[in-house]
Amino acid sequence: MYNFEFVKPSSIAEAVKALAEDGAQPLSGGQTLIPTLKQRLNQPDMLVSLTGIAEMKGIKAEGGALVIGGATPHAAVAAEAAAHYPALAALAGNIGDPAVRNRGTIGGSLANNDPSACYPSAALASGATIVTDRREIAADDYFQGMFATALDEGEIITAVRLPIPQKAAYVKFNQPASRFALTGVFVAKFADGVRVAITGASNDGVFRWAEAEAALSANFAPEALEGLSLSGDNMISDLHGTGPYRAHLCKVLAKRAVAAA
Amino acid sequence: MPKDGGIGASTKRREDVRFLTGKGRYTDDINIRGQAHAWFVRSDVAHGTLNKVDVAAAEAMPGVLKVFTAADFAGVGGIPCGWQVTDRFGKPMLEPKHPVLAEGKVRHVGDPIAVVVAETLEQARDAAEAVEVDISELTPVLDMKAAIAADAPKVHEEIGSNLCYDWGFVEENKAAVEEAFKNAAHVTTLELVNNRLVANPMEPRVAVGDFDSAGGMHTLYTTSQNPHVIRLLMGAFVLGIPEHKLRVVAPDVGGGFGSKIYHYAEEAFVTFAAKTLNRPVKWTSTRSEAFISDAQGRDHVTKIELALDKDNNFTALRTETYANMGAYLSTFAPSIPTWLHGTLMAGNYRTPLIYVNVKAVFTNTVPVDAYRGAGRPEATFQLERLVDKAARELGVSPVELRRQNFIKPDQFPYQTPVAVVYDTGNYDATMDKLLEISDYAGFPARAAEAKARGKWRGFGVAHYIEACGIAPSNLVGQLGARAGLYESATVRVNATGSLSVFTGSHSHGQGHETSFAQVVAEMIGIDAGQIEIVHGDTSNTPMGMGTYGSRSLAVGGSAIVKATNKIINKAKKIAAHLLEASEADIELKDGKFSVAGTDKSVDWSGVTLAAYVPHNYPLESMEPGLEETAFYDPSNFTYPSGGYGCEVEVDPETGKVEIVAFSAADDFGNIVNPMIVEGQVQGGLAQGIGQALMENCVFDENGQLLSGSFMDYAMPRAEDVPFFKVDHSCVTPCTHNPLGVKGCGEAGAIGSPPAVVNAVIDAFHRAGRTDITHIDMPVSPARVWAALNG
Ligand SMILES: Cc1cc2nc3c(=O)[nH]c(=O)nc-3n(C[C@H](O)[C@H](O)[C@H](O)COP(=O)(O)OP(=O)(O)OC[C@H]3O[C@@H](n4cnc5c(N)ncnc54)[C@H](O)[C@@H]3O)c2cc1C
Repeated sequence: MYNFEFVKPSSIAEAVKALAEDGAQPLSGGQTLIPTLKQRLNQPDMLVSLTGIAEMKGIKAEGGALVIGGATPHAAVAAEAAAHYPALAALAGNIGDPAVRNRGTIGGSLANNDPSACYPSAALASGATIVTDRREIAADDYFQGMFATALDEGEIITAVRLPIPQKAAYVKFNQPASRFALTGVFVAKFADGVRVAITGASNDGVFRWAEAEAALSANFAPEALEGLSLSGDNMISDLHGTGPYRAHLCKVLAKRAVAAA
Repeated sequence: MPKDGGIGASTKRREDVRFLTGKGRYTDDINIRGQAHAWFVRSDVAHGTLNKVDVAAAEAMPGVLKVFTAADFAGVGGIPCGWQVTDRFGKPMLEPKHPVLAEGKVRHVGDPIAVVVAETLEQARDAAEAVEVDISELTPVLDMKAAIAADAPKVHEEIGSNLCYDWGFVEENKAAVEEAFKNAAHVTTLELVNNRLVANPMEPRVAVGDFDSAGGMHTLYTTSQNPHVIRLLMGAFVLGIPEHKLRVVAPDVGGGFGSKIYHYAEEAFVTFAAKTLNRPVKWTSTRSEAFISDAQGRDHVTKIELALDKDNNFTALRTETYANMGAYLSTFAPSIPTWLHGTLMAGNYRTPLIYVNVKAVFTNTVPVDAYRGAGRPEATFQLERLVDKAARELGVSPVELRRQNFIKPDQFPYQTPVAVVYDTGNYDATMDKLLEISDYAGFPARAAEAKARGKWRGFGVAHYIEACGIAPSNLVGQLGARAGLYESATVRVNATGSLSVFTGSHSHGQGHETSFAQVVAEMIGIDAGQIEIVHGDTSNTPMGMGTYGSRSLAVGGSAIVKATNKIINKAKKIAAHLLEASEADIELKDGKFSVAGTDKSVDWSGVTLAAYVPHNYPLESMEPGLEETAFYDPSNFTYPSGGYGCEVEVDPETGKVEIVAFSAADDFGNIVNPMIVEGQVQGGLAQGIGQALMENCVFDENGQLLSGSFMDYAMPRAEDVPFFKVDHSCVTPCTHNPLGVKGCGEAGAIGSPPAVVNAVIDAFHRAGRTDITHIDMPVSPARVWAALNG
């Protein structure tokens, strides 16, 4: 790790001010950022901790949606979202291990947008709104490819607003080593249609499977996906699985998610 | 009634009190006043010419004491190899130089180039980034078969070839084996890869060097499985330090699995640097560094063939293996694919003719050496996969084909065609026990139930043999070992009757402190709490050979028995004097010496006190004191064996294999502590299952390690293994060591991989996919899916 300055503001306004400095970077749960610092792969001049900001923490149900503070750890979501949005709580409860869940946060996960992370699929399938210190961004506009988002320099996710579907489920197929999603499918059924978001599979990061959404909107049953398939051409190919394997998993897991919803 | 102490008792592990309460003292816990910190600059390319290493800028950085390069080691020997294999043609293996720091070339990612020593670790790391390394990349040598082509680039130009040796065993049998194949009624052939593994002990390696300039005494604290061997190799061959001026301490060590047997460059470095700088120097490996600097395991590519007669009797076996040595010869690397592998190819069977060919190859990868099982898992995997395949081809039960060809209980001692003589065993008994504890008879019902859930269930069997209790020194000397493989013990009885037992074995998780104390307690008949087991420091233990090859109890325990017997013999003489009786009439029972047929007795502490306060003592005929040393050199290997059964469920949609049940019926000879044995088997099974389903060390086409962290190298976790059924009630005691023990440390890792893969193939076949006859490890979901859809 290289040396850096460290500040821990107690309000969003103070955090935004601190982040205006050159070389400043937000630090939330640190579960992604600290390992990169330890490997000396990143050299920020200053880390601005977000975990002391009360207004960025907590979970509340509001008009058919769940509003989760950006610095809320996965373990809190697993425990407190269960009554409102069980599929989301189950997703949070299956991220990493207890240490990761007690430190890692939803805002950190969405800001990082790891192509194998779980939360991006929930946000996209729920049609969530990403709330930042300066604007609101629809999930459909927010995710812009592997590790890429609509966030500007110094912009922080203060909250996420997730509409609560009638039915939903997330099925994650673990990458054997990291236990991130080798492929994960989040299916959410709303009154006006079904949304299907897939993580872990595409070279373009989390994406919606339009054909599956149309088929499931007409008939919310696993059989509705029978005739569909995705191409493996633009899918991630690595030690743990080829593109065609991931494409195959997308369909298997989507069917299982529909069955589980 | 279960015993609460002594041999046969499941005594709780005394060392766990300190391990579980944070009171363990590992090498990284050792911090010496004034110590400086070392950071290694390692090659980030697999193969290249080292044009220049410029340390000027780094040496000017804050806190830097010195930056070392190969030039500093000009007068120093290379890292030695401890075993010389002789090839098929009678020529010694090719043995390249292995410098402490890279000289002229780098040969694998992780090869150390320079070392920064600074006041703090952060300063050392900062300065390491300022070391300028100029490398011209060369084509890396990666594929073993391509590597031995005449025009292939060479890992070591000076030896002229990448073929370390071409070994044939038993060379004299070659023609007869070929003849038997010509006459065979059936031949089964299998080509397979035994995947490369990273040992990944919980504790990464650490080395701390200290030098006392006044007395000229060097001390090395290191994470080692065998401190005396390190003292010998490093002192005599690398740094030229005589033993009496070199102390090697291996305190609590957090696992090794073989990877901490070897002498590593980092140990020589800190010892050398401590003297050069007159400062203690400490190095602690990071986990990332461990992936590219700890010796790795396995990595064989094999073709194996079995000949059978018309009645399905095995008539001959033939193998051809390419064994990866990596870029340099690690300490015992040459012996693993040869003497620890070829000699096991008879397995549990009466195959009369066997020929094993092994080509050991240098590549631009991390060196490979012993890893839990070492050669024996490779032998067992190929043989037990092959027998299974033969049974399927012949349409007979894999259990029955094995049984038919088993060496039968009345055939022991059994001379195999591959040199070794099995002293005892009863393979039918362990097979029967396996079928019983695994409820083999109930399997079809379970398979039908799984099918209804959309899962393919399979049952796989494997039966293994291993050669443990390594090893008779004169024999291994003839086979090329450059060390003896006896073990030592000193038993020091204290005046009031307690004992300190100094063993040359080394415990790095095995529980020696508990089980060795049980042995001595049983022999004398005193409480095990009276006995302290001391190990891991060359300054107080007799020269021993350390722990690996499931040898500690069989060889180290036997040395303790020998030394304790000497103690008892002398104590009886003292007791005879005190009781005014003839020595022949003295009996020792429950810690009391009595005169046979009388009520005259003296207890243990009465005798020990007399030995140290010799007022009433036969000083004219006997020295006072009670301390004895013994060295035990085994007359043969020990041969644990057992039957393993794995039950899997395959999800045909995702390719995921779940192990739903696993049973192990082992014959370890006599058992000292059943609980410890069970733990050793469970750990071995978890590692074997890791190899079979998950672990894989993969280099890309440039020789970069793709699986260089736990994000990509899949270690098994608790959820990946089932509750194991472990049984060791089948006992055929070893006939040549005093305890009748065989060793249990490696069995689980040896017997389980073929059982797992056989189970997967069984599941495929039951589901009608008889076209799939083999799948290479690790049997990952992606590989299963590819096999089903390929
Ligand atoms: C062992 C392990 C296993 C894991 N397994 C999984 C898994 O199965 N599934 C999964 O989805 N994830 C997994 N993770 C990742 C985990 O969920 C992380 O917590 C998450 O990716 C990052 O969240 P964080 O709060 O720790 O962010 P940090 O590490 O603190 O930050 C990550 C990045 O986001 C930026 N950032 C943080 N917060 C904000 C914000 N509010 N606004 C803007 N930018 C911000 C930081 O500057 C940094 O660049 C795992 C992590 C580990 C260590």
